[in-house]
Amino acid sequence: MQTEFSKEQQLLRDIVSRALREKSPATAVREQMASDRGYDPEIWQELCGDAGLAGVHVPVAYGGAGGGAVELGIVAEEMGRTLFCGPWFASAVMAGTALLEAANEPDWQELLPGVAGGSTIATLVLDDLNGPAGVGGSIRAAGDGKLSGTAAMAVDAHVADLLLVTASGAGGLGLHAVEGGAPGLTVEPLQVVDPTRKLSRVAFADVPARRVGDVTAGTLDRIWDRICSALAHEMIGGAQHLFETTVNYTKERFQFGRPIGSFQALKHRCADLAVEIEIARALTHHSARCLDAGAGEPYAASMAKAATADAYMSAARAGIQLRGGIGFTWENDTHLWFKRAKGSEVLFGTPAIHRERMMTMLEGAA
Amino acid sequence: MTPDRIRREVSAWLDANWRVDRPLVEWRNILLEGGWAAPHWPEEWYGRGFTLDQTAVVARVFRERDVVPAAQVGPRGLASETILACGSDDQKRRFLRPILTGEHTWCQLFSEPGSGSDLAGLSTRAELKDGKWIVNGQKVWNTSARHADFGLLVARTDWDVPKHQGISYFLLDMRQPGVEARPLRQMNGHQSFNEVFMTNAVVPPEDLIGGEGNGWHVAKTTLSFERRGFSRRVRGSSLDGRKQGPIYEEYEEEIRIATEPYTWYPQREGRVDLVLPRARETAAINDPATRQEIAKLICLYAGAKLASDGAEARRKAGTTEIIPAGSIGKLAASVIARQASHVHTMISGADAMLSGPDSAADGIIAEVLVSVPAISIAGGTDEIQRNIISERVLGMPKGYRADQGPFRDIKRNG
Ligand SMILES: Cc1cc2nc3c(=O)[nH]c(=O)nc-3n(C[C@H](O)[C@H](O)[C@H](O)COP(=O)(O)OP(=O)(O)OC[C@H]3O[C@@H](n4cnc5c(N)ncnc54)[C@H](O)[C@@H]3O)c2cc1C
Repeated sequence: MQTEFSKEQQLLRDIVSRALREKSPATAVREQMASDRGYDPEIWQELCGDAGLAGVHVPVAYGGAGGGAVELGIVAEEMGRTLFCGPWFASAVMAGTALLEAANEPDWQELLPGVAGGSTIATLVLDDLNGPAGVGGSIRAAGDGKLSGTAAMAVDAHVADLLLVTASGAGGLGLHAVEGGAPGLTVEPLQVVDPTRKLSRVAFADVPARRVGDVTAGTLDRIWDRICSALAHEMIGGAQHLFETTVNYTKERFQFGRPIGSFQALKHRCADLAVEIEIARALTHHSARCLDAGAGEPYAASMAKAATADAYMSAARAGIQLRGGIGFTWENDTHLWFKRAKGSEVLFGTPAIHRERMMTMLEGAA
Repeated sequence: MTPDRIRREVSAWLDANWRVDRPLVEWRNILLEGGWAAPHWPEEWYGRGFTLDQTAVVARVFRERDVVPAAQVGPRGLASETILACGSDDQKRRFLRPILTGEHTWCQLFSEPGSGSDLAGLSTRAELKDGKWIVNGQKVWNTSARHADFGLLVARTDWDVPKHQGISYFLLDMRQPGVEARPLRQMNGHQSFNEVFMTNAVVPPEDLIGGEGNGWHVAKTTLSFERRGFSRRVRGSSLDGRKQGPIYEEYEEEIRIATEPYTWYPQREGRVDLVLPRARETAAINDPATRQEIAKLICLYAGAKLASDGAEARRKAGTTEIIPAGSIGKLAASVIARQASHVHTMISGADAMLSGPDSAADGIIAEVLVSVPAISIAGGTDEIQRNIISERVLGMPKGYRADQGPFRDIKRNG
């Protein structure tokens, strides 16, 4: 299994990082988080249409770049670092992964190129965002394929052209393709803690849909693992950004005639954070390598998600605390990352849920 | 070279050379000449220039075939790596071979009653008299000092310069009248560390390493090996008594003496390996709260191992300094050991009050509980690692210092 990034992967990171620093500065984040749509279509076109960032993990045959979880993770990490606002995570990571894992030809031919090229904005609608075991209870597919039921929260569904919905029907749990704006579909934007990631309530009342694949327990676990690995990357990028800016702040802010970074209480807190982030980053990168190699611990993605969520929140808490009063203001950018950390901590399973999932894989259920 | 190729080569070499009826030192000399004693060392010094991963393959083959390896565990390893990195060719010629053959054991004479964390504040005195270094002073907490043949000694040779600049590093012959080692009993009942008194102890000039006044640099090299995280740590292999042959008897004797002070070292690291077996055996594996803590431990352990492997790889590529990277690994090892001790306590419940052969895992768990506090002190405390990480990795500003200027004028203990 790979243990370091290749030159090509390093180059990909440099390119993505440069593009996002330019296209997604904090001012742009603030603008998009305040808007209803939540992203800038021009920038979406540049990053996904022109630069292909939504297709890094999609096979070349379907318009992607043919990378794997590592490449997807690299993009996610840089997106998380800059808090990029847009449906990349919903479309490329969630919907793209669901299609790759659950669908088949000819749906791949039909659906993947749009997702990979950014011309289709897709999302994955799950009726439970806590863990795979809860998925499939609230949305049903009738004999004629029409869907009924509700998903309490779906990421970026308000802008989706294509909704991939897990629903149970006669053939068990399946993945169903629904067009945005289909009759009977209601997408109701929700008020959220983290305004950089939009959520909606999605209700289905006899919505026409097409079943594109089966979602067995194994498939759902694989989808979950890939999404969690990418999310862990997104989180570690954010944690790293918060940590760096916080450490820099302690070098510049003076109290008692000296930089606050010279106070040992702050130094030691930062050193402990460095260790926590280092461990989480190693687990995160490892999770993608395991997925690509089809080897390693079967619970590698859960380790990454659990450890990184905790590390991100530690970095976020320190980010506010070490700035003092200014850290608690709306004007200061720290809270943007704090809120993303909080949202990501619970999306696709809290750390505790992932730790239990690990233990179940390792030792069986309690 | 690929792992398979290494495996084939070392196996073929062992087929031709490994025999259980050879005397131990004779075998180790053959091992040295064959280049399999320390494969990660350069070719001119008994090695093959292997990476640590490649070296691990060799070690695995040795273990599988019950082959007695070169002696490198504990302070011996610190001595050989320090001499290899900072010694003259003459010193390498004289000292490396008897370390690897096991003829010489070593100890580390760094800490003093008045200066531990503040190693550079040491006040053991070395003075050049009639062409020889005469050493006076006291060291403390020196593991293995009682049976060591040589010591890695730092002493002050100049009192009129700032503290880091007045230190020199010596290879001290412990078997001389001016050196006395007395055992100290630890909180876990073992007597691994000692206090060492030097009264007009003599060091010949050729046993000064790294040059006069350059001892701090050499000491940092030793510390960087000591703090290299846990991926590198070599464990003393123990034999289960079933192996037959004279060489095993000699090796058993060596292990008994040289690794006796270290029998509890795995316990101070928390015995992560015993967590799942113990949890199954006690059915604590079904307790949701315990499962959470076990999972945290597994994440910490796996992540720290991956991070330290990564740091090692980057270090080889020349992008990271060794000391700061090691400090992250060392601090992580403390966090892991404490979490493991916490988990063992949860698993044992009230049984955690017991110790000795009738208690859990033959007394090992009890020993974990009272040995883990050592890991955050030995080799530089957690607080010192945090200082190093924050100042040298993160570049945070140094605090107020009260120890600048000539060492003579600095306030000290005693
Ligand atoms: C099991 C064991 C084996 C050992 N083996 C050896 C050996 O073989 N050879 C050898 O030379 N030594 C050895 N040591 C000694 C060890 O290196 C020292 O104990 C250690 O460096 C701490 O020094 P000290 O005991 O003098 O404590 P002190 O330095 O007095 O520290 C006391 C407390 O103050 C804190 N402190 C000190 N300075 C700072 C600072 N700048 N910032 C924040 N906190 C600070 C420390 O972290 C600690 O909590 C061993 C110790 C143990 C426990």
